[in-house]
Amino acid sequence: MSLKPLTSPWFHAPAGYEKIWLGCAILWCFVMSLMMPYWHFRGKQNSTGEAYTVIPADFLARTEKFVAANRVGTFKGTTANPFMGELPLVEPPAGGDAYLIGRMWQWYPALRLRMGETYRLHLSALDLQHGFSLQPLNMNFHVLPGYDHVLTITPTSKGEFTIVCNEFCGAGHHAMSGKIFVE
Amino acid sequence: MSHSSSHNLAAPGTPGRVCGTTGLGICLDAQKFIKLNAVVGIVFLLLGGIAALLLALTRWQTVHLLPADWFYRILTFHGINMLILWILFFEVAILYFACTTPLNARLFSKKVAWVSFALMLTGGVMVDYIIIAGKADVMMTSYLPLLAHPLFYLGIILVAVGTLVGVFNYFATLYVAKRDQSYTGSVPIVTFGATAAAIIAVVTLLHGAVVMIPTFTYSMGWTPQPDPAWYRLIWWGLGHQSQQVNVCAMVSVWYLLSHIVVGARPINEAVCRTAFVLYILFINLASAHHLLVDPGVGATWKIWNTSYAMYLAVLASMIHGFTVPAGIEIGMRERGYTNGIFGWVVALPWRNPAFSATVLSLLIFGFLGGITGVTLGTQQINIIAHNTLRIPGHFHVTVVGGTTLAFMGLAYYVIPLIFQRDFICRGVARVQPWLFGFGITMLAFGMSFAGSMGVSRRSWDIEAQGVYGPAAHLWLGVLGIGGVLAFFGLLIFALLCVGTLFFGAKIKDRAMTDWGTPPALAGSKAGSLAHDHYATKGTMVLTLVFLACFAVYYFANWKALADVWPVR
Amino acid sequence: MNNEPNKHPWQKILDNPWLLLVLGVIIPVLSYTVWGWIELVLIKPALLP
Repeated sequence: MSLKPLTSPWFHAPAGYEKIWLGCAILWCFVMSLMMPYWHFRGKQNSTGEAYTVIPADFLARTEKFVAANRVGTFKGTTANPFMGELPLVEPPAGGDAYLIGRMWQWYPALRLRMGETYRLHLSALDLQHGFSLQPLNMNFHVLPGYDHVLTITPTSKGEFTIVCNEFCGAGHHAMSGKIFVE
Repeated sequence: MSHSSSHNLAAPGTPGRVCGTTGLGICLDAQKFIKLNAVVGIVFLLLGGIAALLLALTRWQTVHLLPADWFYRILTFHGINMLILWILFFEVAILYFACTTPLNARLFSKKVAWVSFALMLTGGVMVDYIIIAGKADVMMTSYLPLLAHPLFYLGIILVAVGTLVGVFNYFATLYVAKRDQSYTGSVPIVTFGATAAAIIAVVTLLHGAVVMIPTFTYSMGWTPQPDPAWYRLIWWGLGHQSQQVNVCAMVSVWYLLSHIVVGARPINEAVCRTAFVLYILFINLASAHHLLVDPGVGATWKIWNTSYAMYLAVLASMIHGFTVPAGIEIGMRERGYTNGIFGWVVALPWRNPAFSATVLSLLIFGFLGGITGVTLGTQQINIIAHNTLRIPGHFHVTVVGGTTLAFMGLAYYVIPLIFQRDFICRGVARVQPWLFGFGITMLAFGMSFAGSMGVSRRSWDIEAQGVYGPAAHLWLGVLGIGGVLAFFGLLIFALLCVGTLFFGAKIKDRAMTDWGTPPALAGSKAGSLAHDHYATKGTMVLTLVFLACFAVYYFANWKALADVWPVR
Repeated sequence: MNNEPNKHPWQKILDNPWLLLVLGVIIPVLSYTVWGWIELVLIKPALLP
């Protein structure tokens, strides 16, 4: 029958176990349909995609201005990673804007944040697409050249966090790294 | 030149034959192109499989086989050969079958079929060549501003156009079959599912043309660069929607094989077809789940689209997840296997490789693929999953453990019935689906657990970061070993197919050698359960267990999400 | 037979691959592609104070 045309009437309503399963499945899909909007309004972790268009050179200039105004030191890398020799360590004002660039092959600059404060973290790329992947929390966001991706973010744990890049960006991709320190 | 006035296979002068096993008519034109496309598909599968072995032995860092540049190159090669070339060629073969034999119809046009095949093959060779030449280290996704050699884009365009031409041939055959009354009544479920696949393929390939043509002209220096965010949006209209074609084709194959082996039939045709319609209308929306943590597209767009319009397409999968096993259960119970709730399961022809492939495909796709997919594809949970190895962990159980394994099962009947050769090394064939299914499952577990620890996909070396511990390496080892096992399962399959085409015993004027079908017991009555709507006890238990697993995994992920920093 | 005049309206839709083709193209293209494209086009430039 699965391979021959249907020549006798075949259209009838579901019944029995099949109807019960249909009911269970619809109910489950309904529950799932509520979860995302619920979390959007009441949950704390969301990806709303807040973004603005930007020219990479302008974003770089704004980031350098941010670094110059808020620099508190220098991060010196301790691994053999050639792209992480040295980065400016920058602390944005509490509740303020921080600027972070992804470029082949580092996240610039290193940031120092305060636990419990909310920041507007502006992410952009200068050259290719990059993947902002904060470890060990495993928070992941996409970063595009030409777009300022704004994350309104609140660190709720202290320590040293590493930003991995998880979008392929050429030969040095697996070594592309960055740092966020939370105190 | 004119077509005969009737495309009915029974019309005089129509090139056709009667199958010695099933008694169904086979259009010889369709048969030729089923053979061509299936064989070429399996060649690309083997190429992609060799690439897979090299990749698995590289991500398993103890081995770390390939150097970095070749890793990224072979990764691009693997994606293209598996997700585009193997699967589209095999699906075109399935389409040629589904519009002819079940409808007693003749293929619309041989010329169109040749054009389709030539375009697809040229494009495939072109794109494989330019990748191996090192001019397209851009991953299958080729995200702008990464730029490949123009032949990369041109090759993909040719494959997309060629497939569209094949899809046109499919629809034309359907139209003429109906017009010439080659069949009466409604098309069978297998054809209906193939039509759903073909419709989704149209959407897929249109997106492919819209994104690849301006990217090609940009790579030639004729036009400015398309916007990267726009590129992602349209590319995933090609990239994910092609996977939805795979889902429809896979489900159609489940109906086909379960029917051939145990006489299963849809317990309610209206429900099964409605499920396919839900796929047609809504499954393509879920391409949005690739953009959930992207800038630019807003929360409402993300939530609406990634929910498949409030999970209506997920409902469709859950329907098939019931009706396919239910059809099998009914088929078995009517043959007399009525012992307890699961007596029919024990009596199933597990040594029949087409059957074991079907069931393994169903279980792997449903329990592992479907549950992880829906969960990872929620807007917020995606934050803890995007671009980690969890993502390949998901799609290896859907496309590979699900679709590819089902297609392998289909080959165990296509080669005897269409190529008219009995398989060689039948004992090895019986084991192959288990080996492949187990290997892929192990690979996917390795990927998923490593990904949960933050290990990235598409990364040659996790040590460069200095943040991953021995547990991550353990799971990469599991990935590596699973990949090796899966490769052997794939290699055995390819060798069996090729070997059979050359050395298999020819089938002429007889039925194919049976792989094993459960014999009808005393007291069996075909059709006796047609009005018993409470017969499928085993399936009911299975699906409720599935639902419980789904709920547990789903809410566990929300809990894991709640532990990370607040972000908006 | 299925060609009787009392065919259920839903069955008429199921039996019509051309209607399904049209809907199957229009609905995803509008919901995913066109809407997404509009979202991207409406993005404002950054202020970067």
